[in-house]
Amino acid sequence: MIKGLAISTVWVLDQDRAKEFYTEKLGLEVRTDMTMGEGGMRWLTVGSPNQPDVELTLMVPGGPAMDPESAEMVRKLVTKGVLGAGVLTTDDIQGDYKKLKDRGVEFLQEPQERPYGTEALFRDDSGNWFSFTQPREGGLDMDQDWSC
Amino acid sequence: MDRTRRMRLAKDVMDRDWADPELDLDTVAAHAGYSRYHFIRAFREAYGETPGQYLTHRRIERAEDLLRTANLSVTEICHLVGFSSVGTFSARFKAWTGLTPSEYRTKHVGRGAALIPGCYAMLWAGGFRSAPGTGEKRNSGEAG
Repeated sequence: MIKGLAISTVWVLDQDRAKEFYTEKLGLEVRTDMTMGEGGMRWLTVGSPNQPDVELTLMVPGGPAMDPESAEMVRKLVTKGVLGAGVLTTDDIQGDYKKLKDRGVEFLQEPQERPYGTEALFRDDSGNWFSFTQPREGGLDMDQDWSC
Repeated sequence: MDRTRRMRLAKDVMDRDWADPELDLDTVAAHAGYSRYHFIRAFREAYGETPGQYLTHRRIERAEDLLRTANLSVTEICHLVGFSSVGTFSARFKAWTGLTPSEYRTKHVGRGAALIPGCYAMLWAGGFRSAPGTGEKRNSGEAG
C-alpha cells in the first residue's frame, strides 16, 4: 500500500546556486545536505516548513545513473526552460507574489484566476518553471462554464 | 549553455510582455545580448521557430483564450494581445487556427456565460490602453 509522496526530483545546473535560490528566495528549508564519500554524490533536499514529510531533491544531471550525453540533454532542456518542476501552493498568492518578485524571482505570469485557484508562474535559477497557486476554496469552481 | 540560457531569457520576455505592442525584435534581441540577425538564427536553433513566429503564436494563443472566455469584442482582443491592425490579426489568427476570430468564438464559446468579466481581462493584459489612432481611453463598456 503506497502511503504517499516523500521526495520529488528537480534537475538543477548548480547545487550551491540552487540551494541559495530555494532557501533565500523561496523560503524553503534545507532538510539534508551531505556528500556521499570523497568526491561522491551530493544529496541536497529542501522542503516547506509547513510540510515535513515532503521534500524536493535538487540533483545535478549525471552520476552513475546517467551517461554524459543524457546529462547534457537534461541540462539543455532545463536551460531552454521547457521543463516544469511542479506546483507550489500558498495561502496568500498576492502577498507572496510580491515578496518573491521583490527578491528577484523571475515570474512568467502574474497571478491569474483559474478554475482551480489563483495561479502565477515563475522559474528557478536553472530554468525549471513552477506553478505557484493559491487553491480555490471549495475546489474546482464548477458553477462557471470552463469549457476550453 | 550560456547561449541557451540567453535564448530562454529572450523567450521569457515574449511570454511575459506579449501584450505590449511596442515589443519588437530589437527589444527582445537586446535581452539576449545579441544582434538582431544572430539572435534570429540562434533562437530558431533553440526553439524551432523564429522569435517573430514565436511571438505571433503566443499572441494568437492568448487571443484564443480571450475569445473563449472574455466578453470583449474581436477588435478589443486584437489590441489587447499586442496587434495594432485588426486585418493583420484576423489573417494571422486564421492562418494559425483555420478559423477567423469570430468563427472561433462561435465554435468554442460555452453556454453563453463569459468566464471572465471583460474588465478583468483588460487589467491583466496591461490595462486600458488607448487604441491606435484614437488617442482616447477605451473601455469595454462591460461592468466587471
